[in-house]
Amino acid sequence: MDLALIVMLPFLGALLPGLMIRAGRDACALATGSVTLLALILLLAHAPAVFAGEVIQARWEWLPALGLNVTFFLDGLGFLFAGLILGIGLLIICYARYYLSRKDPMGRFYVFLLLFQGAMVGVVLSDNVLLLLIFWELTSLSSFLLIGYWKHLPEGRQGARMALAVTGLGGLAMIAGMLLLGQIVGSYDISEIIKHGPEIQDSPLYAPALILILLGCFTKSAQFPFHFWLPHAMAAPTPVSAYLHSATMVKAGIFLLARLWPALAGTDLWFYLVATTGLFTMVMAAWIALFKDDLKGLLAFSTVSHLALVTFLFGLGTPMGAIAGIFHIINHASFKAALFMTAGIVDHETGTRDIKKLGGLMGLMPITGTIASLAALSMAGVPLLNGFLTKEMMLHEALATDWAGIPGVVGLAAAVGALFSVSYSFRYIAHVFFGKRPEKFDHPPHDPPAGMYLPPALLIVPVVLIGLFPAAVAGPMVAVASGAVVGGPLPDYYLAIWHGFNLTLVASLVALAGGAFLLYRHAQAKAFREKFPRPEAKRIFESVVESCATLANRVTDALHDGSLRRIMAVTVSTAVIGGALAFMGAEHGAGAREGVPAAPIAVLTWAVLIGACIALVAFHRNRLLTLVIVGVVGVIVSLGFVYLSAPDLALTQISVEVVTVILLLLALNFLPKETPRESSSPRRARDGAIAALAGLGVGGLIFAILNRDFAIPTISDFHLANSKPGGGGTNVVNVILVDFRGFDTFGEIIVLGIAALAIYALLDGALKGPAVKRLQSWVPDQERARDRHPMMLVVATRVMLPLSLLVGVYIFLRGHNDPGGGFIAGLVVAIAFLMQYMASGYGWAERRVKIDYHLMIGWGVLAAGFTGVGAWIAGRPFLTSDFTYVTLPVVGTFEIATALAFDVGVFLTVVGSVMVALANLSRLARTTEAPVSDAPMDVDPTRRGRPAEEEG
Amino acid sequence: MEALVASGVGAMTAAGVYLILRARSFPVIVGLAMLSYAVNVFLFATGRLALDLPPVISKSAEAYTDPLPQALVLTAIVISFGMTAVIVVLALRAYLESGDDAVDIGATDSESADPPPDDPGDPPGEKEGAGR
Repeated sequence: MDLALIVMLPFLGALLPGLMIRAGRDACALATGSVTLLALILLLAHAPAVFAGEVIQARWEWLPALGLNVTFFLDGLGFLFAGLILGIGLLIICYARYYLSRKDPMGRFYVFLLLFQGAMVGVVLSDNVLLLLIFWELTSLSSFLLIGYWKHLPEGRQGARMALAVTGLGGLAMIAGMLLLGQIVGSYDISEIIKHGPEIQDSPLYAPALILILLGCFTKSAQFPFHFWLPHAMAAPTPVSAYLHSATMVKAGIFLLARLWPALAGTDLWFYLVATTGLFTMVMAAWIALFKDDLKGLLAFSTVSHLALVTFLFGLGTPMGAIAGIFHIINHASFKAALFMTAGIVDHETGTRDIKKLGGLMGLMPITGTIASLAALSMAGVPLLNGFLTKEMMLHEALATDWAGIPGVVGLAAAVGALFSVSYSFRYIAHVFFGKRPEKFDHPPHDPPAGMYLPPALLIVPVVLIGLFPAAVAGPMVAVASGAVVGGPLPDYYLAIWHGFNLTLVASLVALAGGAFLLYRHAQAKAFREKFPRPEAKRIFESVVESCATLANRVTDALHDGSLRRIMAVTVSTAVIGGALAFMGAEHGAGAREGVPAAPIAVLTWAVLIGACIALVAFHRNRLLTLVIVGVVGVIVSLGFVYLSAPDLALTQISVEVVTVILLLLALNFLPKETPRESSSPRRARDGAIAALAGLGVGGLIFAILNRDFAIPTISDFHLANSKPGGGGTNVVNVILVDFRGFDTFGEIIVLGIAALAIYALLDGALKGPAVKRLQSWVPDQERARDRHPMMLVVATRVMLPLSLLVGVYIFLRGHNDPGGGFIAGLVVAIAFLMQYMASGYGWAERRVKIDYHLMIGWGVLAAGFTGVGAWIAGRPFLTSDFTYVTLPVVGTFEIATALAFDVGVFLTVVGSVMVALANLSRLARTTEAPVSDAPMDVDPTRRGRPAEEEG
Repeated sequence: MEALVASGVGAMTAAGVYLILRARSFPVIVGLAMLSYAVNVFLFATGRLALDLPPVISKSAEAYTDPLPQALVLTAIVISFGMTAVIVVLALRAYLESGDDAVDIGATDSESADPPPDDPGDPPGEKEGAGR
């Protein structure tokens, strides 16, 4: 349980900084730090068990059918990484408090940081590869936010995008690789997978799985040729760089290499892919780092180089390589995080990160200078510091390794890499903290507040202690983590400073001396380097992205040329052809179901429908006539529902019909009244053919269905049988709506409400910009009635209003047992209101309406939702309904069902939505009209002849 | 009766499809409304046809028609109203903003509020049919 809590804490804690920032920057940092500290304490509580060699597991079934389960496990390796992530995270949180300026939104920074932290901890503790992949993608996303934190800087945005593109693409490849791996083993649990090493390596899927997974690891850990994103990610604030590039993000790739080492390592393919990539990247990145004038650029390439070193060690596939790799992860995390933080301090104090503009800072910033020098010496591999130990181990392993049968080449390359490493590390010290001080600084730099130098200073403690007493300080951790990587007994090894005078020591000394010499001749080396063309990775990347975007645009333009007609024609034709192919590919017999005889009245109605359809197509250019014909079709459909035993549908259809026609009329008021003849005859013939075929297909399909019985028993019998005893209502359709399928209806009224609000937004926007100019200069294109608010209509609607409302209530209340219900009642009431608007005008009606229809939609959805939630209180699932019978004097016995409350929600939403939609349309019309009259009608029946002014 | 319903659905579909292939927004909206009718009747009819068997439980009834498609279609009718309302308003807004109610981008470039002149000699809506 608390394993999951360690992972979840940063995610939950990410809610805090955004709130705490209101209490100040210190409170915000403190809250963030407490979250991380708590997670760290929880983790450390497991230390005794982990060091005793136990593996702690936590498991929940999530989607067992897919093999996706929430499973975590904590062994030595997971413990090491989680400790680094949380421990260094804590220092970074402290450092960032002082690093970020007042202008930076600190709350947001800490939110991103905690999200990233949670994702990283998730990666290292997951026991399920699918879960790991989810966290893996989360690290890519959250690091995107972190790298692009200074979103006003174009470099920040570009760097973030590049990091996301590269690591995201690698992640996609890795998903495929992981799925293959799971396929081979038959389980997605990592603890299972790593037990099946030989089986995996014998599988024909091994090579593709390995290459895909390595793509993920190498992109994440910035190995050649994917190393280019890391330097550009340096546009991030320094705490981000220090965190992402020392202990976390880029180490995720390394972690996975270590995690899957028992399953994948040890083959030739593994060696040549992983060790070669690591070796090459190590030398190349170290060489580039030597010439970077940007402090963080230098550190970025040194990070690539050191990650490559670890990759190389894991790539060797030997237990000793794995031990050295694990040890270097610890060492690199400590000195690199410290180095990034000191680089940030220098930048913060002097205002520049350009090495050429820096120098002689030791006298001005002695504390920072000491920390930075110790860390850089460790990076160089100077004895008595921790970097020395792993460099020795690396050189020792490299010297003992042949490459394709050639001895010595690996050792030589490793020594050259070490030499460059020494050189750039010394440069970080010599060119920044020693040497000539520049003429003047804008502000005289000095050591920062303790909160800023303490975090790197704390990191220097292990650098020195491990350097002096490796076996005592780091021994147990290295042993238990390496044991988890290797998955078996470890060979005899001992961590010590002195291994005797041997070839390794010679190589190491040569590297130190050579590196110092190379730095001495830095200018010549630089001139030598500049003789060769150097591909600019950013430009290549951007041209690739550019050409992908161009291709995508071209394809999109070719497929979607902005012609709706073409899209429609293609869509309908595809459906017709697909249906026809399916039809021709199967056998057909006549249907066996006995038909319903057609009464003469049915045939007559049918003839009217067919005639209306023909007329609609023939006269569709006359838009007003079109509406009349649509109304005819709607009425016939309603009649059909009545005739075919669907009274609820008939009631709904007829009331929707009224509302739809009013809506279309209101819209048509502003639209052209005629459709111009634009299509050529061939086109009309083509459209006609498509339409005829579509009609034939749909009609034929329903004809075939109607002539057959149900292939499998229908579930409707359940509804019929349970409507009364289970739902408490005899109108089965209504009971299905508010009870059996209440959740669908709930979703549906939400959709209806959203539609109404979208209409409001669209029309509200129309009252600004070019649309309103067009409206104001709008001249009615048809002759208008002289009497805009006729007395007959006004009086009739006033009289009808209470009656219609009563009918609405009646339809609503009977709905559960007889045809009716919330939908229909809502439509009826909405129509009754609309009639008032139509009779006396929008302006007049609006002044008298005390109801906010927007609120009504909201209350409707809430009422339905609360009804559903009410079932929880009774300890039953969402929307479980209940009913009882109540007896009142006079009224008698009647039923109260919770479904009725749900139906109230439906009712309110329907009324609100219809009114918002139509009232806003008529509001549009008002902008074109004269000032609002306060009288309900244009004629005043109380006066005879003379106007009011003269009388008064 | 089955043949009548099936042919009715077919006719409404055909009319609807023909109208959604027109070049102006209003016929397209009307076409969608017709398609909504057709689809609703189609879904309703999948419960098979029955006369005088409303799905309201009573002691005197001998049998009931299938209630489930009716419940689905009832909500579908209301949702189609919502959809029609949204696209009507969308079309109206587009017309008010651009002074043009053509559905194809680039088919007409009229800046005025008046509909472009009816010119069958050079039909602007034919651009994609002829050019590509």
